Amino acid sequence: MSQNKRMDVLLCCGSGCISAGAKKLKEKIIELSKKHNIENEINIIETGCMGPCNLGPVMTIYPEGVFYQKVKVEDIQEIVEEHFIKGRPVKRLMSQGDNKVISEKKEVPFFQNQVKVALENCGYLNPEKIEEYIALDGYEALVTSILEKTPEEVIQEIKDSGLRGRGGGGFPTGVKWGFVQANKNKPKYVVCNADEGDPGAFMDRSLLEGDPHRVLEGMLIAAYAVGASKGFFYIRAEYPLAVVRIKNAIEQARESGLLGENIFGTDFSFDAEVRMGAGAFVCGEETALINSIMGMRGQPNPKPPYPANSGAWQKPTLVNNVETLANLPTIMRKGAKWFSSMGTETSKGTKVFALTGDIKNTGLVEVPMGISLNDLIFNIGGGMAEGKKFKGVQLGGPSGGCLTAEDLQTQIDYESLKAKGAMMGSGGVIVMDDTKCMVNVAKFFLEFTVDESCGKCVPCRVGLKQMYNILDNITKGKGKKGDIERLITLGESIQKLSLCGLGQSAPNPVLSTIKNFREEYEAHINDKMCPTCVCTDLYHIEIDKDKCIGCSLCSRKCPVTCITGSRTEKYTIAQVDCIKCGNCIEVCPVSAIDKIPGMSSEVLNIANNIEED
Amino acid sequence: MSHTCDKDQALYDELKLVINEKKKLRNPLIEILHKAQDIFGYLPVEVQMFVAEQLEISLSKVYGVVTFYNRFSMTPRGKYLINVCTGTACYVKGAPKLIQMLSEELKIGMGETTPDNMFTLSEVRCVGACSLAPVLVIDEETYGRLDTRKKVKEILNRYRG
Repeated sequence: MSQNKRMDVLLCCGSGCISAGAKKLKEKIIELSKKHNIENEINIIETGCMGPCNLGPVMTIYPEGVFYQKVKVEDIQEIVEEHFIKGRPVKRLMSQGDNKVISEKKEVPFFQNQVKVALENCGYLNPEKIEEYIALDGYEALVTSILEKTPEEVIQEIKDSGLRGRGGGGFPTGVKWGFVQANKNKPKYVVCNADEGDPGAFMDRSLLEGDPHRVLEGMLIAAYAVGASKGFFYIRAEYPLAVVRIKNAIEQARESGLLGENIFGTDFSFDAEVRMGAGAFVCGEETALINSIMGMRGQPNPKPPYPANSGAWQKPTLVNNVETLANLPTIMRKGAKWFSSMGTETSKGTKVFALTGDIKNTGLVEVPMGISLNDLIFNIGGGMAEGKKFKGVQLGGPSGGCLTAEDLQTQIDYESLKAKGAMMGSGGVIVMDDTKCMVNVAKFFLEFTVDESCGKCVPCRVGLKQMYNILDNITKGKGKKGDIERLITLGESIQKLSLCGLGQSAPNPVLSTIKNFREEYEAHINDKMCPTCVCTDLYHIEIDKDKCIGCSLCSRKCPVTCITGSRTEKYTIAQVDCIKCGNCIEVCPVSAIDKIPGMSSEVLNIANNIEED
Repeated sequence: MSHTCDKDQALYDELKLVINEKKKLRNPLIEILHKAQDIFGYLPVEVQMFVAEQLEISLSKVYGVVTFYNRFSMTPRGKYLINVCTGTACYVKGAPKLIQMLSEELKIGMGETTPDNMFTLSEVRCVGACSLAPVLVIDEETYGRLDTRKKVKEILNRYRG
């Protein structure tokens, strides 16, 4: 990608690789190439996220396309001396296949089943240089759209492609554009929703950081189609690098005449600016986001009126998600037919997912719609980490649902996931192994939504808090008969009565875990037992006297001195005093101490007595 | 005393420059508050009053915005803000344990500041580094896979200097 240099070193500088030490690698490469006098032959490019974050830091070396993973500073000397100077790639740093070493990036299994559209250039170009984006056909789609097509034709092309909103809602993008275009009120605005608040999703961040010009080009195409003259990137304050990269891209585009008055000599004029969020999950909802752009509290408004008719400053406003915009340049370049050839009947194209949790290959992947959850988690994701068993997968973050092993054959499209009680959401996939307590997970999500509820409407503000209290009691052994039914009634009412998407979807994690893991709720309520030993009040710690060697280590490490015994008698825990800090389990040299589901009989007796009193 | 006033005056002057520049934008309140917090470290009522006067809007509006968003703070914070990610991936991978370790090491609870004003412990909703879970962010530096006390101590010591 560079001129006149023998080698390109593409160093992944996504947030994952940077915290794994990518910047130090760069310094070392520069230092050593200077020492060996080859600094003029090597071009070091800091790219955006390449995807396989758990293998970081990663790098790709061209012209060969050699892919190195888990590179340490100490490895750089060998890479420079062997590979860069003598042309012998370092095999031990490559991906190790079943019976061979995989040298090229495209042959690494993690990349093989992926189809990259939105992430096409992510990890392949320097996101800070417009020239590199242009060299990879960047802004070509914009030129042809503006010079050769009418806005109506562009909208038709997007309608034909079948692209749907990638932020979670799944509304057909072309139809939304049609609404904004049809409104003749001026000026019109385009807003890029980059308030990626769904915890566990980081595709928007990676796109903004790794290929900002693509998102900007997408916004320009959208603006031309709907007739907007001004654009806003609404980016979370938690993503400072994304803010810098987009601001830089806007600046470069202005200098190149891609933004400003009369673009390409036509009467289309457009400019964009960045607005930062300030930490409110509800601002991902479009009317709340618009209020926040206008410098107000980010509270949602009732719809209608939809932003297409009355959005920012009461003018027609198009709100599109980052990934939606990132798909546009490729669709316009390769055509609607090409895009709609991928995917299912109702969900076309590809989708970016962030794989996280107890899975081997965590990172960012892009796959065609319609592949099964099983393929996503076990083939591309590499299956469960540490040899544990799959228990559930949360799709769609705090608004989504939790699916089980039985649902693994479900194909990934908007309708199929919805039918199972989950949702596409923005694409966060959190895989959980069998050490996770589903009641606790549901409580975690509810704690999040209770905290993030903006407080405007009663069902969400008060109802969620009630649901949280019931769950909290259940996890503390104070669950009552009928609690499950109360949760369902409350949850369903909140879904129906809340003003915006936050409240309407917040009960989903609870309702879907009740549906799929009801026996776990029942164990917590009826047997006062947490089967996975996560809820502190619902398990106890015991020493197995047959295994105990009487070394007294546990007794000495116990902060509340509740472990007593001797070498001959072995040791026991006074259950009433135990605070379950787990120190004893960690220090026991013979693994004689373990967590046992359920309250200990001593504690249970006391609890029952208190209740009777 | 006069020294602090001079220092304050310099900060207000700096803020005024920011406001004058941002005034060109439409409804720039949140943008200005971000900068004001960078300058003062937090947003005391006096600073909010200043912003309200300069923008010719009511104090209640400024206060409403400051209290709505998690990122704005009305209490002073330590030199280093430790943001522990409590997003789902981090939660699944052990954020509660990380918070417990930090809180024991620093001897402060969530939302509190150490007596030497070095660290403030705070939570953040997902920083998008989920594949490194559990993570924490100090200033703009992200640290990942913090599953042992040793790693936590190492990081804190780096800042203790």
